[in-house]
Amino acid sequence: MAKRDYSLLGPNARQAVETGLAAAEWYHTDIPRKQMKELMQRSDQPAIRDTVMLFACMIVFAAIGIALWPSWWSAPFWLAYGVLYGSAMDSRWHECSHGTAFKTRRYNDWLYQIASFCMVRNPVSWRWSHARHHTDTIIVGRDPEIVAMRPPALFRIALNFLGILDAYDGWTRMLFNASGRIHPEEASYIPEQEQPKVIRIARIWVAIYAATIALAFAMGSILPLMVIGLPRLYGAWHHVLTGVMQHAGLADNVTDHRLNSRTVYINPVSRFIYWNMNYHVEHHMFPMVPYHRLPDLHDAIKHDLPAANTSMWQAYREILPVLRRQLAYEDVFLKRDLPPTAKPYREDFHAAALGAAAE
Amino acid sequence: MPWIDACATNDIDEEDLIRFDYEDRTFAIYHSPDGAYFCTDGLCTHEHVHLEDGLVMEYEIECPKHNATFDYRTGEAKRAPACVNLNTYRTKVEGGRVLIEV
Ligand code: FES
Repeated sequence: MAKRDYSLLGPNARQAVETGLAAAEWYHTDIPRKQMKELMQRSDQPAIRDTVMLFACMIVFAAIGIALWPSWWSAPFWLAYGVLYGSAMDSRWHECSHGTAFKTRRYNDWLYQIASFCMVRNPVSWRWSHARHHTDTIIVGRDPEIVAMRPPALFRIALNFLGILDAYDGWTRMLFNASGRIHPEEASYIPEQEQPKVIRIARIWVAIYAATIALAFAMGSILPLMVIGLPRLYGAWHHVLTGVMQHAGLADNVTDHRLNSRTVYINPVSRFIYWNMNYHVEHHMFPMVPYHRLPDLHDAIKHDLPAANTSMWQAYREILPVLRRQLAYEDVFLKRDLPPTAKPYREDFHAAALGAAAE
Repeated sequence: MPWIDACATNDIDEEDLIRFDYEDRTFAIYHSPDGAYFCTDGLCTHEHVHLEDGLVMEYEIECPKHNATFDYRTGEAKRAPACVNLNTYRTKVEGGRVLIEV
């Protein structure tokens, strides 16, 4: 494949539409309707429990951080608070954008608004961009959420462990939108009637940041920014660590999530922060299943999926060598074996994309 | 417009839907929790994914692709990313069969 152009307005975007890769039919594991209906059932209880825990921890950590400020003893509490603000909010944003976290829609919407603010992702624009990520997962030129591009921009990913580029993009886009404008890329996926909402929310956020900065000046301290704004940077590392695993090193331009997404078993604390999105193949295949049922969905379909990675460590040992090889030869990727119980990959369908598998 | 025999009443569980294809069109037929039957276009107005694998919750159908929801009684789009309403069609039950007017 020629050099990849990830722009949503570039030649690969046009090509994906022309070749039928965009908005294509995707592979699904067969699962009886009755069982699927049961897995899709919504419930408020698990997300209320998790949300109460999340906010309680944030309040306690921030309170201790403030109490110990400016001593270095406050640092661990800021780090813990930061991960909840800059990483756990990423998964809350994600799950609520699907509307699957709670049964009650307004609870979803509230948490979605708060999480969007923390992550500096305009809740309107990003709902549309994430819909595109699900329609055209890792289709070059169509998917606006590809993290590990090819060749991999390792420096970019490294900076994002501190949220630097993402937050910078979020804040500059916020200011751009607050000035009453919509970026042409956004206009390619946000329907016109939704665009005024993008601008209104950007303006509300600017007001919140302005108040926080004013308070910081009045106090002569960055403390207010340690609570609002900066944790998007110093707490981002966990969501990048888990986010990179989702698709990095796997195929692009295919229509089978088993080829382009990864399920990884991770520790319970990370699972709380990441809200079970480590079951990523499952989530992409069946986005209507709430986060708290993903382990059950995994059990129901794992006979048809490549074996899950056994830990983050093991996943990265698989990913990093592929990324390194992609630096020299960007068509290389990892094609994982399916168990004998699985339906085979449609090689005929993916011939062009699968031509250069690393293994 | 003609009435078409679409399915038996017990072909659809309560609070569920089935797909019904007729000529070159495709529909979704719903059985609501209070025992009534409704019919809409089969394809979501967002990106034309079929609603047959979606989730019926009370009087709403959630699209399986990006979780847009519609009130299947009126077709009204209730949640992004769908902004355009679904077309709805009249239904009636006769002798244990569901008929739709298309
Ligand atoms: S296709 Fe139905 S919500 Fe996108």
